[in-house]
Amino acid sequence: MTEKLTKSLLYLDGVSVSFDGFKAINELSLTVEHGEMRAIIGPNGAGKTTMMDIITGKTRPDSGTVLFEGDIDLTRHDESAIALLGIGRKFQKPTVFESHTVEDNLELALKRDHGIFATLFTDTSSEQKERIDEILETIRLGHRRSELAADLSHGQKQWLEIGMLLAQDPKLLLVDEPVAGMTDAETIETAKLLREIAGEKAVIVVEHDMTFIRDLDVKVTVLAEGSVLAEGSLDHVSADERVIESYLGR
Amino acid sequence: MITGFLFRALDKKAIWVALALLAVAVLVPLSNAMLPINHPLHVPTHIMALFGKYLCYAMLALALDLVWGYCGILSLGHGAFFALGGYAMGMYLMRQIGTRGVYGHPILPDFMVFLNWKELPWFWFGFDMFWFAMLMVLFVPGLLAFVFGWFAFRSRVNGVYLSIITQAMTYALLLAFFRNEMGFGGNNGLTDFKDILGYSVQAQETRAALFAATAIGLAIAFVLCSGIVNSRYGKVLVSVRDAESRTRFIGYRVEHIKLFAFVVSAMIAGIAGALYVPQVGIINPGEFAPANSIEVVIWTAVGGRGTLIGPIIGAVAVNFGKSYFTAAFPEFWLFALGALFVATTLFLPKGIVGLFNEGWTRLRSGREADRAEETLQPGTEAAE
Ligand SMILES: Nc1ncnc2c1ncn2[C@@H]1O[C@H](COP(=O)(O)OP(=O)(O)O)[C@@H](O)[C@H]1O
Ligand SMILES: [Mg+2]
Repeated sequence: MTEKLTKSLLYLDGVSVSFDGFKAINELSLTVEHGEMRAIIGPNGAGKTTMMDIITGKTRPDSGTVLFEGDIDLTRHDESAIALLGIGRKFQKPTVFESHTVEDNLELALKRDHGIFATLFTDTSSEQKERIDEILETIRLGHRRSELAADLSHGQKQWLEIGMLLAQDPKLLLVDEPVAGMTDAETIETAKLLREIAGEKAVIVVEHDMTFIRDLDVKVTVLAEGSVLAEGSLDHVSADERVIESYLGR
Repeated sequence: MITGFLFRALDKKAIWVALALLAVAVLVPLSNAMLPINHPLHVPTHIMALFGKYLCYAMLALALDLVWGYCGILSLGHGAFFALGGYAMGMYLMRQIGTRGVYGHPILPDFMVFLNWKELPWFWFGFDMFWFAMLMVLFVPGLLAFVFGWFAFRSRVNGVYLSIITQAMTYALLLAFFRNEMGFGGNNGLTDFKDILGYSVQAQETRAALFAATAIGLAIAFVLCSGIVNSRYGKVLVSVRDAESRTRFIGYRVEHIKLFAFVVSAMIAGIAGALYVPQVGIINPGEFAPANSIEVVIWTAVGGRGTLIGPIIGAVAVNFGKSYFTAAFPEFWLFALGALFVATTLFLPKGIVGLFNEGWTRLRSGREADRAEETLQPGTEAAE
């Protein structure tokens, strides 16, 4: 394949997947541009997490096209290959390496050769250490760098995980429910943090928290029963009757 | 690069352990050879042989801990790698017997003559050369681990399922090695060894040398494992253990990470087996018994998994207990072992080493608290 099918960074078309006959994703189509930040909302079970599973290679779709950077067919790659292509993912449940320090978590995530030989024999360079310092500052965890990740608060773990995404230096970040279980102050900080990241990198944020979505102030896609129900600004989609019926009204 | 690896390998702890093992390697044989029998510090030959065996077990437990303690792969088949290394050494020792066997055949081992075999099977070729046998000690367990791990880790077999198939692997080998047609001496295995590198295996000096070789081998294996777990690769191992999918989503090839550790571990286990066989004088299919592999897990758990010193302490302590128990109350040993495992799991999840670390931390923080109190004293008085 030489010509690019699309200029978009991420291109999903007619994607479907079913689990034991239940269609979790149904003819889903979605495009995300370079550097764009997109919010995805939708009721529980709408298929938001499953969509991320498909993009990151955890779940294979039954049918449909998933393209990255115009010509990379993501359905042909596995999780680690997709991560190396430049897609980072934050899980719904925060997952960091609890028995490593905050600093080590970032060091492990840093974009570089992850092969056996390199991991056994190469040291972290001083530029890489500076990069870790920068990220620590961005995620506001500089003062806890040598503590175990297990000792962080829930919100701090979420930030550390976002920091690990940054260390990966991806082109696209998928962020699943980043403010679940956060205090109001933490939520505001997180919105600020994500806005700092966007621009340089494309970000897809899945969230339930409406004030948070409003804070982000970006294009919103509403997902319901595995397909796109509406797309546009938050005000635009909140005015849509079908959206109100399926989600906001409840 | 390599120096960086060595530098990380020889942290303070590793240096102490390596030095202690080297001291044991020198002092025990010296005391055995030089001190008069009634001297309080004299180590009798049978005790030296017994501890030589324990050190082999310790190396096996260390190998298991690299994959279990650090990477979460609970292998219940590590005895198989140990036994394969042992068989490779056994084959070398068999070829050294020459015409001194019961049937006096210059090339064929006794059991082959007994089976009316006319020539040496192809897989016995080369084992008359020590270097070739030593290569096989590494290669055969390594290859089995590679093939097994390649399929298991690629298909993402995890947890209990992986443990069960490792157990099946060692059981299948047990059955295979029992068969006479396999060409490894069947039920009786390989025994009646005479020489190793031209020295009689029975001789006291040879036994001392084998003991020293085992202690040095264990020290080298320890430093190697220390280098591995202190590197970024070692941190990735722990990451795989704690959050496998997170590790994948960062871009690490988890199946390669696991495979490498599994192969290295199998090779260390193979060396342990090769050192074991000349010291006990026999290798038979019983070494493949599933129960043996399970015992290794118990030693490691008792000593403290996820630490490098833990499995060594555990293997020596439990086997010392076993030697004592089987002499004093033979029928109770299995119950004692079972009880020990349950008690460790319930009360000492970090094993003996965990207990020491905790005590140490408490002692230190206690002292610090005392000091803090002392410095606080004047202040509180002033406040009153
Ligand atoms: N691996 C799976 N096996 C079976 N059903 C699944 C699986 N993953 C998701 N589902 C189902 O697919 C639907 C969508 O789930 P999910 O993507 O987690 O929703 P959301 O993240 O939008 O809340 C749910 O009904 C869920 O039960
Ligand atoms: Mg979800």
